[in-house]
Amino acid sequence: MTTLPEILDRFNQNASAAKFRGRAVWDFHRQEQTRDTHALDVKMAAARGVKKLYGIGLHAIRQNASLKATTFLQQRAFRVNGALRQQPFDSSAEKPQFPGASAEFIDHLEFIQPNVISGIPVYRVMDRQGQIINPSEDPKLSKEMVLNFYQKMTLLNTMDRILYESQRQGRISFYMTNYGEEGTHIGSAAALEPTDLVFGQYREAGVLMYRGFPLDLFMAQCYANADDLGKGRQMPVHYGCKDLNFVTISSPLATQLPQAAGAAYAVKRENSNRVVVCYFGEGAASEGDAHAGFNFSATLECPLIFFCRNNGYAISTPTNEQYRGDGIAARGPGYGLMSIRVDGNDVFAVYNATKEARRRAVAENQPFLIEAMTYRIGHHSTSDDSSAYRSVDEVNYWDKQDHPISRLRHYMTARDWWGEDEEKAWRKQSRKLVMEAFERAERRLKPNPELLFTDVYDEMIPPIAKQRDAMWRHIQQYKEHYPLDLYEK
Amino acid sequence: RMTMSRALMHFNAASRATNPPLTFTGTEIEEQVFIADTHCMNVSAGPTQKMNLFQSVTSALDNTLAGDPTAVIFGEDVAFGGVFRCTVGLRDKYGKDRVFNTPLCEQGIVGFGIGAAAAGATAIAEIQFADYIYPAFDQIVNEAAKYRYRSGNMFDCGKLTIRAPWGCVGHGSIYHSQCPEAFFTHCPGIKIVVPRGPVQAKGLLLSCIADQNPCIFFEPKILYRAAVEQVPTEAYQIPLSQAEVLQEGSDLTLVAWGTQVHVLKEVAAMAQEKLGVSCELIDLRTILPWDTETVCKSVVKTGRLLISHEAPVTGGFAAEISSTVQEECFLNLEAPISRVCGYDTPFPHIFEPFYIPDKWKCFEAVKRMINY
Repeated sequence: MTTLPEILDRFNQNASAAKFRGRAVWDFHRQEQTRDTHALDVKMAAARGVKKLYGIGLHAIRQNASLKATTFLQQRAFRVNGALRQQPFDSSAEKPQFPGASAEFIDHLEFIQPNVISGIPVYRVMDRQGQIINPSEDPKLSKEMVLNFYQKMTLLNTMDRILYESQRQGRISFYMTNYGEEGTHIGSAAALEPTDLVFGQYREAGVLMYRGFPLDLFMAQCYANADDLGKGRQMPVHYGCKDLNFVTISSPLATQLPQAAGAAYAVKRENSNRVVVCYFGEGAASEGDAHAGFNFSATLECPLIFFCRNNGYAISTPTNEQYRGDGIAARGPGYGLMSIRVDGNDVFAVYNATKEARRRAVAENQPFLIEAMTYRIGHHSTSDDSSAYRSVDEVNYWDKQDHPISRLRHYMTARDWWGEDEEKAWRKQSRKLVMEAFERAERRLKPNPELLFTDVYDEMIPPIAKQRDAMWRHIQQYKEHYPLDLYEK
Repeated sequence: RMTMSRALMHFNAASRATNPPLTFTGTEIEEQVFIADTHCMNVSAGPTQKMNLFQSVTSALDNTLAGDPTAVIFGEDVAFGGVFRCTVGLRDKYGKDRVFNTPLCEQGIVGFGIGAAAAGATAIAEIQFADYIYPAFDQIVNEAAKYRYRSGNMFDCGKLTIRAPWGCVGHGSIYHSQCPEAFFTHCPGIKIVVPRGPVQAKGLLLSCIADQNPCIFFEPKILYRAAVEQVPTEAYQIPLSQAEVLQEGSDLTLVAWGTQVHVLKEVAAMAQEKLGVSCELIDLRTILPWDTETVCKSVVKTGRLLISHEAPVTGGFAAEISSTVQEECFLNLEAPISRVCGYDTPFPHIFEPFYIPDKWKCFEAVKRMINY
């Protein structure tokens, strides 16, 4: 077994003044240093870090009274002499010493083949008929909990239908449905604590619904009425709720990934046993921010769950145009992330994976990556008609043959927890709940236009106050041209 | 055989021979880029210590980490002390969970900072050079600036402060000299601050950190070592969005921020000596939101305005000041507002002495305005 001095010695044998860079050499220097040479190293590091600012940097170093030219030359001589002192060694017993990677040497040329055919397997608990495959994986949740899963998924589905229609009728400006992905929302939300902080992308309304966000507030945000917690400032489906620890959605994709890493770091320092969960789609995972989020969470040891909804499409772009590797899960190990791929349409698989990831993320302060495979049954949004880029048959397969809601219903009916009567009654009741909230939201006025100007900063600042006053003066003068009656006074 | 850097040193020496410095505080290379305030700054009653600008930054960060257990400092190379030594000693003193390196990724640094701030931590992010802040532009403009507004004030990242070395340094060239404040002034929701010296830097940085809005704090890198003052060791704040009148005058208003304030100090002295012109010198300090009242009040008095910055003239912040002043003070103006700024080129390497808005260009502009 080689000792540290021997390893460092061997490194120094190959070092020369030209190769004088890298952390290992700094560390080596610190072993041998006096205070004077350490000062030099700090200054040299500063100079080097400033790249080519040679004029100022080195001049300043030379000027430093505590550092004589002779000491400086001795440093250079030390490294040059090192090359002459090379000792014999046994190459077969060598282990790589590179600071960047610690794997073994290999003596034949071999490229690693990306494996997309038999890549990371998909974890599931139920088959498409809702039958448990491996009984030891059945989370054996209570009837009450499973019924709640089912009701939340179907309530979401019902709300989606009604709000999609309301956009078509011109009542709201925009909407995005969650068809087919309800399992990813409910399964993961159920595995979290209410205090866990959630960063979403835009197709995670079920998480908010599971946590208890009322229908009235979903509607208020979509209608941008005076009840909207967001004060009417964003497009529909950009939900947020401080009390439910769901950070407000923003349109730019993947920006939430490095933010989630930062939030998780702060949460870790609080020692509050909370985790941060970050949802995103497989398309958003192509953004640079996704790379940043993965890398930061791993290097900074953040208690964070990255939850990727791989639903097959980013608007019209199918996955084979989004990436060529084995999906998103395969990227995880590249960053040092614990990773798993699950069947997103299997609410128990999603639940199990999230539950375990949460337990370990908190206990071990490391991030986890869950790639939930699913399918986007609906269009990207009300601005999209997906028949332009995919076949109706493809969509029907997922709607009829592999749907998280029907899969769970099979599981429940097999246990006599649910039947035709319950289904009929619940459909009627859920629709009634949604319609009532819908009608209330329709009647509500929009927020006071004063709210156009607030919250830009924590406090109102003079230039914005001036502009606000100018706007009101203008509105007073031209009031018949502005829809003031729709807004609160 | 003379190398380029030696030629430049000779140029500087020749320049110094004909322009003896007003106050000589820097090393030979830095020339007189910093001129200490002549009046006493009563920012704090406590004990002071001689500090240069990077040390005053360290002091501000030290005070912050001491007083706020949630405060964390992060960015590239901050752990060992930072490439400009602004964080020297802090990791040893406060722990590696509070002063830490991040991977080399500005969009990640700022994104991470936003998230940490949103979760309640005082997050101080360092971008190694302002020239490299652009990968974080989306996070700053689309996220940080809009966090509070878009969430109806449920969420905010007010506890985020971004620091970056800024401005020309003699050899920085295209990618180590930039002043990108103008890109960000077009973004409601953030604050932008630029100090002119160590006392200002510490007080303004502490104000940015305390401010409940995301702030960008640009530190003139040429002043890191060249600017030395007696700086209070305890924490103190200098208010944001308040410009400072450094010198009162009656004939012409000079406005600048950061390093250029010292150039204009010389210009004011030259104007007085050679032209008998009395200049009022204003350090803007906070670029966004900026103190329109102080500047307009001054121009109403003097009738002439010269704004100077290193950044290229087109779309530079002088354009915004000029536009606002002509709206508010049109009838008071005796001459068109003058902007003495960098040219509309990338920041050049060997041509820096020709590029920067030096005292001669500013002096010439003063002459033209007086004779208009």
